Amino acid sequence: MSAEGHDHALDHEHEHHHKETFITKYIFSIDHKMISKQYLITGIIMGVIGVMMSLLFRMQLAWPEESFKIFNILLGDKFAPNGVMANDIYLALVTIHGTIMVFFVLTAGLSGTFSNLLIPLQIGARDMASGFMNMVSYWLFFLSAVIMLSSLFVEAGPASSGWTIYPPLSALPQAIPGSGMGMTLWLISMAIFIASSLLGSLNYIVTVINLRTKGMSMTRLPLTIWTFFVTAIIGVVSFPVLLSAALLLIFDRSFGTSFFLSDIYIAGEVLHYQGGSPVLFEHLFWFLGHPEVYIVILPAMGIVSEVMATSSRKPIFGYRAMIMSVLAIAFLSTIVWGHHMFVSGMNPFLGSVFTFTTLLIAIPSAVKAFNWITTLWKGNLQLNPAMLFSIGMVSTFITGGLTGIILGDSTLDINVHDTYFVVAHFHLVMGISALYGMFAGVYHWFPRMYGRMMNKNLGYIHFWVTAVCAYGVFFPMHFIGLAGLPRRYYTNTNFPLFDDLQNVNVLITTFALVGGVFQLVFLYNFFSSIFYGKKAVQNPWKSNTLEWTAPVEHIHGNWPGELPEVHRWPYDYSNPNHDVDFVPQNVPMKPGEEVLHH
Amino acid sequence: MTSLLVIIVLVLLAVALWQLTKIFDLTQVGSNSDTSEVATDDDNNVQGYIMFAFLAFLYIFTIYGLFKWGPLVLHTPASEHGLDVDNLMNITWVLIFIVQAITQALLHYFAFKYKGKKDQKALYFADNNKLEAVWSVIPAVVLAGLILYGLYAWTNIMFVDEDEDTIVIELYAQQFNWKARYSGTDNVLGKANVRLIEGVNSLGVDMSDPYSQDDIVVTELHIPKGKKIHFKMRSQDVLHSAYFPHFRAQMNCVPGMVTEFAFTPILTTAEYRELPYMIEKVAHINDLRAKKSVELVAKGETALDPYAFDYLLLCNKICGASHYNMQMKVIVDTPEDYKKWVSEQALLVNQVKEAKASAAPAVDGAVKQDSTKVGDSTAVVKIAMK
Repeated sequence: MSAEGHDHALDHEHEHHHKETFITKYIFSIDHKMISKQYLITGIIMGVIGVMMSLLFRMQLAWPEESFKIFNILLGDKFAPNGVMANDIYLALVTIHGTIMVFFVLTAGLSGTFSNLLIPLQIGARDMASGFMNMVSYWLFFLSAVIMLSSLFVEAGPASSGWTIYPPLSALPQAIPGSGMGMTLWLISMAIFIASSLLGSLNYIVTVINLRTKGMSMTRLPLTIWTFFVTAIIGVVSFPVLLSAALLLIFDRSFGTSFFLSDIYIAGEVLHYQGGSPVLFEHLFWFLGHPEVYIVILPAMGIVSEVMATSSRKPIFGYRAMIMSVLAIAFLSTIVWGHHMFVSGMNPFLGSVFTFTTLLIAIPSAVKAFNWITTLWKGNLQLNPAMLFSIGMVSTFITGGLTGIILGDSTLDINVHDTYFVVAHFHLVMGISALYGMFAGVYHWFPRMYGRMMNKNLGYIHFWVTAVCAYGVFFPMHFIGLAGLPRRYYTNTNFPLFDDLQNVNVLITTFALVGGVFQLVFLYNFFSSIFYGKKAVQNPWKSNTLEWTAPVEHIHGNWPGELPEVHRWPYDYSNPNHDVDFVPQNVPMKPGEEVLHH
Repeated sequence: MTSLLVIIVLVLLAVALWQLTKIFDLTQVGSNSDTSEVATDDDNNVQGYIMFAFLAFLYIFTIYGLFKWGPLVLHTPASEHGLDVDNLMNITWVLIFIVQAITQALLHYFAFKYKGKKDQKALYFADNNKLEAVWSVIPAVVLAGLILYGLYAWTNIMFVDEDEDTIVIELYAQQFNWKARYSGTDNVLGKANVRLIEGVNSLGVDMSDPYSQDDIVVTELHIPKGKKIHFKMRSQDVLHSAYFPHFRAQMNCVPGMVTEFAFTPILTTAEYRELPYMIEKVAHINDLRAKKSVELVAKGETALDPYAFDYLLLCNKICGASHYNMQMKVIVDTPEDYKKWVSEQALLVNQVKEAKASAAPAVDGAVKQDSTKVGDSTAVVKIAMK
């Protein structure tokens, strides 16, 4: 159960040993707290780039082929001559926006930050199982981010075949210029990214299994740890499949194999490829691609569960049901990938199977949503910014999740597949929701990371403007999707049929611009609070989990002296046997005190 | 330009808000304790009320959206199975709106109702098996119903009986246009392979195949009302997707394989144009276009043509830089008009012969080179076929 045989005396010495230089402390650090900050800052920078890209292509969609000086400044004369965005760079922006947001922000930025920060601190460990591997994981991630960004500057432009990089489009430079050097760099970057992700995930799994402190049984783990743990397992199971797909694609592109290509006539000549199938690539891609959305959303769910319980001053409702639903979602996530492929040309019988498994996922998801709502019921809600983002996350998760019932049903998917309806659905359910989870985490654990507090009023402004804009962007988007508007169109002006959707597009873009600009409030709050924020007390939110029993100042090994010992579950808020409304996990049970939960 | 102004205003607004919070902070001198950034009772109160207001916003925005943008969405399906699809869609929508209305109300109302106060303790309520069973079982039952209806419809739509009386038409996708090949009187498509693409024979049809002798290739799709059309799709270069929004039909076109989709049109183009919703929609679109035209003419550009509705086939899978303009007009005729139209089309086999005849007097060398090329590619085909 616990990390028995852990030599505490050794740990003691451990603290005094390190003579740190600037480089070992801030750059090649092996301390999980520093690595978590590195992940967060890198994630934020990537997030700013990803969101800026979306604002650029949203402007093109609202005011198609109009001239904007900003396009010319940011994209250059080649891709925005006279300030008019070119059609190939539009696709490139869409592609890189998706890649950056899904992988670099919501996978590495979210999991990397909070798994690293919280796993050792919440389970009562001195550090990750392998600090060195953890460091390598971050630097591989950093390297992959640099390569991805450098692909923006190659001559023919970055990868532009959509973040799903379906071949043959992604395999043939004749088909689209971005499939040349840009695509090569994309594939290299992702291969390194996957290596980084696997190193990180293995570390999380091993740490959670082996390094829990005395008394920290699996059923006393905070839900954050449960979700990070399960997320890491999903990552280890599914990311290698994407790596194999990427490798096979590299073979097809560079060494003349035909895994995904067959019978192609392009640019006036027949290519030699014979016998491969693009559908195979789709299977391999979505075998990662679908679990990936749970890799993104599960950590957010864990954060929201933790923040909600703490801020409601109430136990999370149905702790065991929450764990079971996370496990159920994780299992089902590996057998639903085909719902992205209902109209791919695969056997329609498979469509039936995947409809069935997909709609099953709605059950554990519904359980989670209801449990969160019940957690609020008769609580004593402390509406800090982190709590607002948590409530907001439940709201967008429900709104976005419900339309999943339409997309997961093969019959209904036929007509909305690849329209803006899909874009609206997944942005709400895994984009905005996961982002809210990330914001909730940052506001909640900022004092733990930096020893200072973020400004709450700026936090409130940030939340409310973001909340209105998120719905303002994605709610109307459902309608234009239901009108049959395909996604990934550079402009809709070639279809008079869609002329009446133009006003909606202008509204969406306006909300996007407002929402995008107001993220500056967050950035300002975040960076200024690091230096000028008010000093934090040890446990500002009066939380039960172990990270708040460690001193505010970061020290190697997390706790001076012995590791804390755990005597109860993490959700003893407003326990009727105690006068205060929170009882940290390391507080021993009173004589005769009974466990009040199942 | 207005957008730039809007952005500037927003930035200024943000600055103003920031200054406000600064003033707010300064007025709280003395309360600069370590926990001053933790929500107070006042904060809880204000935020709780905003939560309630946000619920109102969600409801009003939804209702506004339904009225304002509801009329934009696809209406009356133009295919037989489309009726089933829309029926299932409507049932699903009703369920979604009920669940959405209830859960959002509970979530935001609780956030307002139970906003925290000092010296108040929350209810210790950790679990309740009955409740959890209820909200696992209810979604399970409802979903079971949706799944059953969905699978029933799906099976009907996707599986085409071999002996059903259909018209077989090939949809052929290439960057960035569509072509259609009619199977002719024998209702069987001649063999085809991209390696046979040459000149007019842009679909690579094997002209030695007896089935291909009556094939017709066109760039505008005509189909008859009331007859099931069995589409077989091919792509010559990258993935495309044949999307007929008004017929609730979509299928990817995959290089190296043939994909299928079948549907029965039930409204001719003329009939669909006369639907009240379509008359209104077209009038609205033409209003917008007229306004835009005035602007364009003022700038010295040409005005937009007025719009008349036509069914469309769109490409709905990213296929390259000009993906946004890959479309084909679809016309649903009465069976008589369709017959007449088909009889007027030239057979591919004749087009190929004509092209060859006109190419014959060309320079000797060029022809020879050409024929060696053909020889090469047929050789490749033979190898591939083995």
